[in-house]
Amino acid sequence: MTQLWSFPGGIHPAENKHQSTSRPIRPATLPERLVLPLQQHIGEPAEPVVEPGDQVLKGQKIADVMAGIGVPVHAPTSGTIAGIERLPVPHPSGMADWCIVLEPDGNDTWCELSPVADYHSLDREAVLERIRQAGISGMGGAGFPTNVKLQPPRDRKVSTLILNGAECEPYITADDMTMRERANEIQKGLKIMAWILRPERCVVAIEDNKPEAIEAMRKATEGTHTEVVVIATRYPSGGEKQLIQILTGMEVPSGGIPADIGVICQNVGTAVAVSRAVFRGEPLISRVTTVTGDGVSEPGNFDTLIGTPISHLLTLAGFDPERINRLILGGPMMGYTLEDTAVPVVKTTNCVIAATEPELSTPPPEQPCIRCGMCAEACPMELLPQQLFWHAKARDFDRAEHLNLFDCIECGVCSYVCPSSIPLVQYYRYAKGEIRTQQAEQLKADRARVRFEARQARLEREQEEKEQRRQERARAAAEAQQRKQAEAEKPVADGDAKDERSARTAMVQQALDRKKAGAGTAAKAATTAEASAEKPDIGALEKQLNQARGKLETMESMLEEARVAEADNVEKLERAVAKNVDRVKRAEEALTEARQQLETEAGE
Amino acid sequence: MSLVQQSSPHAHRARSTSQVMLIVMLATLPGLLAQTLFFGWGNLINVVWCVLLALGAEATMLMLRGKPVSFFLKDNTAAVTGLLLGLSLPQFTPWWVSAVAVISAIVLAKQLYGGLGANPFNPAMVGYALVLVAFPVAMTTNWAEAAMLANAPGFGETLNIIFAGQQTAVDAYTMATPLDEYKHKIASHTAQEVLQHPTFGAGVARGWEWVNGAFLLGGLALVALRIITWHIPVSLLAGLALMSLAFGANEDVYTPLSLHLLAGGTMLGAFFIATDPVSAATSHQGKLIYGACIGVLIYTIRSWGNYPDAVAFSVLLMNFAVPFIDHYTPPRTYGHHKPRRGIPGKTG
Repeated sequence: MTQLWSFPGGIHPAENKHQSTSRPIRPATLPERLVLPLQQHIGEPAEPVVEPGDQVLKGQKIADVMAGIGVPVHAPTSGTIAGIERLPVPHPSGMADWCIVLEPDGNDTWCELSPVADYHSLDREAVLERIRQAGISGMGGAGFPTNVKLQPPRDRKVSTLILNGAECEPYITADDMTMRERANEIQKGLKIMAWILRPERCVVAIEDNKPEAIEAMRKATEGTHTEVVVIATRYPSGGEKQLIQILTGMEVPSGGIPADIGVICQNVGTAVAVSRAVFRGEPLISRVTTVTGDGVSEPGNFDTLIGTPISHLLTLAGFDPERINRLILGGPMMGYTLEDTAVPVVKTTNCVIAATEPELSTPPPEQPCIRCGMCAEACPMELLPQQLFWHAKARDFDRAEHLNLFDCIECGVCSYVCPSSIPLVQYYRYAKGEIRTQQAEQLKADRARVRFEARQARLEREQEEKEQRRQERARAAAEAQQRKQAEAEKPVADGDAKDERSARTAMVQQALDRKKAGAGTAAKAATTAEASAEKPDIGALEKQLNQARGKLETMESMLEEARVAEADNVEKLERAVAKNVDRVKRAEEALTEARQQLETEAGE
Repeated sequence: MSLVQQSSPHAHRARSTSQVMLIVMLATLPGLLAQTLFFGWGNLINVVWCVLLALGAEATMLMLRGKPVSFFLKDNTAAVTGLLLGLSLPQFTPWWVSAVAVISAIVLAKQLYGGLGANPFNPAMVGYALVLVAFPVAMTTNWAEAAMLANAPGFGETLNIIFAGQQTAVDAYTMATPLDEYKHKIASHTAQEVLQHPTFGAGVARGWEWVNGAFLLGGLALVALRIITWHIPVSLLAGLALMSLAFGANEDVYTPLSLHLLAGGTMLGAFFIATDPVSAATSHQGKLIYGACIGVLIYTIRSWGNYPDAVAFSVLLMNFAVPFIDHYTPPRTYGHHKPRRGIPGKTG
């Protein structure tokens, strides 16, 4: 018996899972058009590699991420690229984003695939690249690129690989049905991931309300080292942090990732995708999505092509638009409402709930908080939800942050139990958003200030230099005048003309000297750079000076910009530049001193 | 098809504040029943009178403050305040004393601070403490006596005593409470002599032990239903018991522990009054400190203070400390090494 730990709080909401588990996974029919958002994962959006009008085959790459973290997008069926346009995508805000629109030709012709029968013969890097090329990102929720997750920092030993089959949210049964029907593929995918990560333990965690899935996974993993661990049904046991706590007793450090404590979590759907990417060579172009709720007559799970409009899925499930009150993408605890049924199924779309009013009713109006503390009792992160709520409402964001606002996983447990019907999670989202905005603005203001101060300092310096030149000219003129007078006293006939010429030469000479002095420092810098190869002391000083000079330059340019924009932080920027001028001077002094010292040493 | 746009979560547990308060009220029924059985109709009449007054005062204040009256009245919190006062006041308390207690509880302690959820002090206890200080005679001479149950006044007579002020008749049915009796007699008598008094009866304290037992039962039901957590009642009783064991083990000098637990307002206070969420500490650790301190204060005031019982004063004193306790007892959040105590910007 595997040792299990517990997590604090949690709730037991009505499960409502039976509606969608009575039918096997059905293949969804081909819709009239597929809409493929370029960003379905966390990271950089993919860029199209096809043009409108192009003919594509099923499984063909149509967009890829050239730089940064991200995975490609593939054509889920063969057809014609009808366009690349901004269309509504699944997002809480109902926003539009760039999508590739594909009109299926109905033939469903595969492109050429390159399956691998024995992945052991490949490098681990090659398999990881294969997983990336298959466009696989986490299918449980966030959609983090799987290949990145499978490459934890080298200094971190992976002790546990967890396959998350908890599926703790009510209504959703996509993972449950996947485990029931595709247990062998899950096990194969898990084996590949385990081969890449070499963990000490492989665990498949399933909540005890899924006996069929448990049975299927036990059968599939028989005779292997994989443990099928049955955990108590309690929301949010499937939350990554909570599941890790249940299975290992460890906590993911605040602000860290599971790999920091040697744990990697993957979704069961992701395991199927990995298995298909390797053994069949197929990219991720479909997923299992639950369509449920009282608003559909035939709830169940559909093997759905990525890009299928939600409206198409709803029609397949016997959708009655008259009855429904809200349409939810995801589960009833963390999902978000849809405004538009045209949005497509993406790689992370695990559930669509067509809910009627009695099913998920509109909450009563918010009442005052009576500090009953039920939220704190239920919070799995051991936060103080009511205090966070007061501070968020009072816009006292410092205190909210002090009480670890950013550790909130937005699981919705607090709002669920709140007898005063306060939409707590919404207050936290608001506070987080405000804090992020403030931080961004602060950063911008800081940058502007630095730029401004630099410009101010540069202008001051220019003024000083001008003044200096003016004085030098005046001095030269005065000297010339003196000389002229002295020569005039001498009995030379053409003295005046000569004098004038000599004065001019003197000025030119001075100007030349100044220029030479400038060039001299540059030359010296070059020579000392060579010298510094042997003398690390000088090298460091030199570097310091260069850095200080570079900083001064950027600051000056910033200051200039700020002046041009008439920003109100000109003064501060000026001060900063002055400070940097000092710094450069000090660095130069230190450098000359060190050099002299070296020279005297060499002389001795 | 018109779609509702709502942020998550979409599912909610169907237990509203008004239901929570209703459950609290139901949980006091065993105690009220025991009070009525052993001490006559007084408490029941007080409860009805106080609840009506509380609702009236709340409605008036809500109207004056321009708040939706029925929306807030339906939360049942005013009714709970009235109920708790009705259960705590002496059985034959004149109607106007109850009225002063209830009205000051609702108007001063609750609505003037901003209404539900905004009061730093337990409203019922503010009302109780006020009348205890303002009308000490009325608050000490009107306790019904379980020993007189055989010839206790009937319903009509009790109404007369409370509302028509037949205070001359009341002396026949009242006596000092067991805590009062013990505290004042023990100075000059032995424990055995003191306990001869009929107010103690054959058990710990005639009638009172049943009332306290019944409130304990109701309180345990609240814990089982997760309306309250065990922290405050347990730490309160533990604080009281530890003080009694540490300082008052000698029964010939100090009131024994059994009387402390079963003779006064201890169980009502521990499970129904100190647990008022609005004015209590919030985290588990905070609740333990808060409850234990109330227990210690109850013992301290009962033993070395002027008042025979001390639940109201102890609760109010600890209400003062709640913001402080809350700042220094946050739980350790998942993924953090230690809790973040104190106030941002300050040390801690």
